[in-house]
Amino acid sequence: MKSTGEHEPTLQPQRSRRGLWIVIGVIAVVVIIVVSGAMTNWFGLGGPSPIQLNGAGSSFAFPLMSAWSTQYKALTGVPGVQINYQATGSGAGINAVIAKNLDFGGTDAPLNATQHTQNPTLLTIPESLGAVTVAYNLPGLPAHINLTGPIVANIYLGVITKWDDAGISAINPGIAFPSTSIFVQYRSDSSGTTFVFTDYLSNASAQFSSQVGKGKLVAWPVGSGAPQNQGVANAVKGQAGAIGYVELAYVVQNSMSYAKIKNAAGSYILPDLNSTAAAAASAAGSLPAGDGDWSQVSITNATGSNSYPIATFTYLLVYQELNIYPSGMTEAKAKALVDFLRWAVDNVAQTAAASLTYAPLPASVVTLDVTTIRTITFNGVALLP
Amino acid sequence: MVFPFRRGTRRALLHPTGSSWGDLLFQAGSGAAGFAILMLLALLAVVLAINALPSFRAFGFGFLGSTAWNPVRDEFGALPFIYGTLLTSAIALVLGVPVSLGIAIFVAELCPGSIRVPLTYVVELLAAVPSVVYGLWGLFVLVPLLTTYVSPALQGTLGFLPIFQGQIYDRNLFTAGVILAIMIIPTVSAVSRDALLAVPQHQREAALSLGATRWESIRIAVLSYARSGIFGAVMLGFGRAFGETMAVTMVIGNRNAISVSWFAPAQTLSSIIANSAREGAAGSLELGAIVELGLVLMLVAFLINVFARLMVWRFLGKREGGLE
Repeated sequence: MKSTGEHEPTLQPQRSRRGLWIVIGVIAVVVIIVVSGAMTNWFGLGGPSPIQLNGAGSSFAFPLMSAWSTQYKALTGVPGVQINYQATGSGAGINAVIAKNLDFGGTDAPLNATQHTQNPTLLTIPESLGAVTVAYNLPGLPAHINLTGPIVANIYLGVITKWDDAGISAINPGIAFPSTSIFVQYRSDSSGTTFVFTDYLSNASAQFSSQVGKGKLVAWPVGSGAPQNQGVANAVKGQAGAIGYVELAYVVQNSMSYAKIKNAAGSYILPDLNSTAAAAASAAGSLPAGDGDWSQVSITNATGSNSYPIATFTYLLVYQELNIYPSGMTEAKAKALVDFLRWAVDNVAQTAAASLTYAPLPASVVTLDVTTIRTITFNGVALLP
Repeated sequence: MVFPFRRGTRRALLHPTGSSWGDLLFQAGSGAAGFAILMLLALLAVVLAINALPSFRAFGFGFLGSTAWNPVRDEFGALPFIYGTLLTSAIALVLGVPVSLGIAIFVAELCPGSIRVPLTYVVELLAAVPSVVYGLWGLFVLVPLLTTYVSPALQGTLGFLPIFQGQIYDRNLFTAGVILAIMIIPTVSAVSRDALLAVPQHQREAALSLGATRWESIRIAVLSYARSGIFGAVMLGFGRAFGETMAVTMVIGNRNAISVSWFAPAQTLSSIIANSAREGAAGSLELGAIVELGLVLMLVAFLINVFARLMVWRFLGKREGGLE
């Protein structure tokens, strides 16, 4: 029995270890206090902080908003204006701006009629233009085959299942299509891109309209889904015979093959900045005012011989009277928001957009936007002269 | 003689005159932490139930049996997702459990002492890999591998079975099952190894002394003795496969439909939630349906875990099988 004698000495180091823990604890507390104190000082000494404008929504608009944020911060100098934009998806952007959690929302799909009726002072400002391309993976075939709305609709309905379908061959003379199966790919997450694409297909095919309909998430009868534009692009690139719909910027970045689509005038049009802008210009005359109901606005299947048929506006949503936020909104911030909007729809910003494959707004839409932005007020006083 | 308590206990026993307010404070603090976790669980269930109410009112129990999931028409049903979840988990178990048991038996019974510890570490390390990493690996390594070699081979040899017929989509039910099988191996093998190690030595000795071979001794004395522990391990693996979200969402193909073919895309309860969580305004039917799926998922996962724990406890408390 040597237990007690053996174990007693081990108690000594344990006591001193407790002392060590106390010392470490005290040091940690001191460090935390000093660091946090220093940080608040730094913030205090760094001069006035920039005005923060918070937005979120459309992931399609995200690369553009990031570029604009950097550019606008540099333009406004110190302290300047900091634009924070999160790509949470169009649906989430609309919900958050309605809940007054954001200074502005971004969306590819306009407010629906109910949302507009419930929020009549939420203004719709077209900010940029995008095109949805129909990309495919057919090794050995040309980079741009011809497709029509009804054919694409039938592919997405599962009516056309093979690439050597007679309808596809008929509009692509001289191309020998393989007899491989068509692997349909779509967006699995809620997406403005899906909204635009299904909006177009619903117009092109009565069967698609009744069976699937248009929305940010729809019940696809065939195919498989991947999240985000890049996910669909990867899915199409990963499987021979695949077809998918992605934003123009992504097919360009990924060097994918994408189709020319037959437009309302009967020409097969390749999606690019010019054909997208042409679609917007041809629809510009019929747009509602900024505080109007935009739910029926669509520039898909636009008239005009050069218009690409699957084009869309992407919108910013801003309240007409800004002194309605429960907290955080000041006159200076409201003024900064309006100044940013005015800058965003103007030449410099729109040219910057073009370098990122967003088509610049046609002049008539810019005029409409400026008129809308002039109606924004703080306590009833207009913010833009 | 070795003192049978841990150090702190021993110290408390040797020096019983500690300050009592410290004890009280500690008791109150840990008690509050324990209570908070119960509150959190209750709050979670209540909030889910409240948000699911619109959907429950609209569809009732028919929600569980309906195959419709159409946000455009506001029609929602959970059956395709329940089917996808159960089928992928089942594939995972069929593929993963034999491998896990092999690992567990090798580590516990057969492997030389020098590689036992490294092997154990490696297996447990697999459990620590975040699921999104499995998803990425699945998407870029497993998907091309299965699509190019395994799936066509399966279709060629077993193509008479309806489950191996049809178009081979690159991301499908089968891929999700394989990824899940790999993901449950660490859990299942670690817990079954513990169950095997808990089998008393005399069980093995008795079997060997009766003339059993190594395999017979493992089968008769060890595996059957540890079977409820192993069953518990399998249920824990099932629980993990059932709730796994990220990796599955990346490789299952996300189609809201029931397909007989394993090569067709599908959707699980967790993947449809991950895909549509951004959709649906507060109070809308769509959000209600999504939340109700979450409620179904939570309930089933809870039941599986309770069942698994019960089995493990039963195995710890009471010996079974083996040689008496």
